[in-house]
Amino acid sequence: MTNTYLDYNATAPVWREVVEAVSRGLAASGNASSVHSAGRAARHMVEEAREKVAALVNAKPGQVIFTGGGTEANNLAMRQVDLGGATVSPIEHDSVLKPLGQGARLRVRSDGVVDLKSIPEQLDGLVSVMLANNETGVVQPVKKLAELCRKRGVAFHTDAIQAVGKISVDWRDLGVQMMSISAHKLGGPQGVGALIVDDTWNGRPLLEGGGQERGRRAGTENIAGIVGFGVAAELVQKNFDAMADVRALRDMLEHGLRAIDPTVIIHGGKAERLPNTVCASMPGVDAETQVLSLDLAGVMISAGSACSSGKVTTSHVLKAMGLDEASASSAIRISLGWHSTSDDVEKCLTAWRDLYTRTRRPQATAAE
Amino acid sequence: MDQRKKPIYLDCHATTPVDPRVAEAMMPYFTEKFGNPHSSGHLYGWEVAEAVEIAREQVAALINAEPEEILFTSGATEANNIAIKGVARFYKKHRNHLVTAVSEHMCVLDSCFQLEREGFDVTYLRVGTDGLIDLNELEAAVTEQTILVSIMTVQNEIGTIQPMAEIGAICRERKVFLHTDAAQAVGKMPVDVKQMKIDLLSLTAHKIFGPMGIGALYVGKKPRVRLEPIFSGGGQEQGLRSGTLAPALCVGLGEALKLAGEDMIEDAARLRTLRDKMWQRLNGTVPGLVLNGSMTDRVAVNLNFSVVGADAESLMAALPGLAVSSGSACSSASEESSHVLKAIGLSSSLAEASLRIGLGRFTTADEVEMATDQLISAIKTVRGGRREIAAAE
Repeated sequence: MTNTYLDYNATAPVWREVVEAVSRGLAASGNASSVHSAGRAARHMVEEAREKVAALVNAKPGQVIFTGGGTEANNLAMRQVDLGGATVSPIEHDSVLKPLGQGARLRVRSDGVVDLKSIPEQLDGLVSVMLANNETGVVQPVKKLAELCRKRGVAFHTDAIQAVGKISVDWRDLGVQMMSISAHKLGGPQGVGALIVDDTWNGRPLLEGGGQERGRRAGTENIAGIVGFGVAAELVQKNFDAMADVRALRDMLEHGLRAIDPTVIIHGGKAERLPNTVCASMPGVDAETQVLSLDLAGVMISAGSACSSGKVTTSHVLKAMGLDEASASSAIRISLGWHSTSDDVEKCLTAWRDLYTRTRRPQATAAE
Repeated sequence: MDQRKKPIYLDCHATTPVDPRVAEAMMPYFTEKFGNPHSSGHLYGWEVAEAVEIAREQVAALINAEPEEILFTSGATEANNIAIKGVARFYKKHRNHLVTAVSEHMCVLDSCFQLEREGFDVTYLRVGTDGLIDLNELEAAVTEQTILVSIMTVQNEIGTIQPMAEIGAICRERKVFLHTDAAQAVGKMPVDVKQMKIDLLSLTAHKIFGPMGIGALYVGKKPRVRLEPIFSGGGQEQGLRSGTLAPALCVGLGEALKLAGEDMIEDAARLRTLRDKMWQRLNGTVPGLVLNGSMTDRVAVNLNFSVVGADAESLMAALPGLAVSSGSACSSASEESSHVLKAIGLSSSLAEASLRIGLGRFTTADEVEMATDQLISAIKTVRGGRREIAAAE
């Protein structure tokens, strides 16, 4: 049985070219801070990757701070302020929410979009709103929010981890002060990410020591990972047109789900979304059952986000959108990507239809 | 680059080449096994989660810890930051003092400086010319306010091995936690957290023929050490270190430590002989060399010496066929001379005339022989050049 992987928002398959680049990176010996030729070669690889990552989001290479992943990038951004003082949306990833204590929360409308009217009069410290939500794919009005914060003199951070590569992300146009990105959501290796910061950034590092990343993030640079990140950035930029096909597949999938059960709810379906993400509820069937049944049929999807999927808790994202417990607990996330095919969509629909039929039959029997 | 013309790599304290066996073990986790180890709903998640746990067992095994006492981090710098800042901040309501040594790695010292800004007191122990701390001074430094003692197992510039078992005994008796930065020790010499009574230990893969970007922090459960995380989020690694784990990197670390465990004793004996021969020949041929640190309490793969009447920058420039360093890699880009060499009492001029040699698993006797030739000739050239300049002036 060949497997159908439709969990790109958890992690994306690594591009073949990235694997080759990582392989070269592992074979190169040299610490990027060493002054001898092996060190200089390593430094060159890091800086070349930095240019590629910067180019993907239209930033300058000097604005890219490499980190050990998206979580670290988000923490680096959030921990710049007194943790009580930040304002965030309630649908942020845990790596933005958890560093905070009792920071203010914005409201989210039922379509999954942050309500601009909920911005408090009093703002201080930092505002953080993600560019696109990892569970629903709903795109947030970050440019407008950033402009509003700029007028009020408040710093703005956006977690763009799910958005980059799937929609056009232009750092300069967004006008934010900090933006987090991660390699493994782009088909790069796990264990590397970046925080993009504006030229005035003078933040306090989380990791102190050898002075790497211009004193902003200590620790020997993960050469192979960073090189792989660079190649992945280049590839998603080159393959950006593929997202139009992904959107068509996604629409086909949603159409198929509704054809099986017209009562299926697509969360955030009325808002602008990432082209690859479907968050849907099959009324009456809990998410865990759906995920495991599809897994048995060789289709990999998830219930909510991967990090929290080990725990059986209702999605904080769907709750914030006003969903009741029952609808939220039956929500699954199907996320497509660069390598998805119409075959994948068919298999997913078939498996889901089988489950739907099975779960409906006992009730029919009982009625007979 | 032409492989034959590649410089001889004797900078294994900065980083080591990845063992091909390690790279091979990692590759499937970039290709078919690419899942997110925290995806609990499907096979792609399960298979990599299992690989991560095997790696955790391999890490634990080498230092005689339990797998649940191992947290994966992005490297030793992160492990050291979490250990020192994390433990201090967790216990700050009750106590406010830490003890470390002046010769620690910058990431330990910088973490301590940050804690001082947060209101903690830190005692920085002196070290002797041999690089060793004085155990009596350690005993005297520990007070009722002390939370943590942090002493590195092996010094990264001069290779000094601290008596961890004795330090551990003192700390356990005084009921303070002991952290050790063992980045340069694990895989090169036996390290046993139970026998040495170590409560927290940082290690990294890329110093022991594994990949960069992965390390681990051992956090003991008996007695239980609590700490405040530096990153929070998805709650991975028992909530102490959030972030998607990189299975390929975890597997690389596990494999690297497994191999080190198998080869450590033999490798150390062979490299010690090569290192000793190198020093004997250098010291016997070239006058005016000063060994930095002790030859007895020294890790087998390290050599560090200063060249009277020369400077490291000119020496390095005269050694194009050799990859060695002056001081540590992290600080080598900066112009300042080594805080470690100053700590063992070197003058600025001698500290700026030092070379650090780090041998490794793939270093051959031939390479050491050729490197020694090059060193002898480079020292003569640099000193000769200096005399000419002096004569001309």
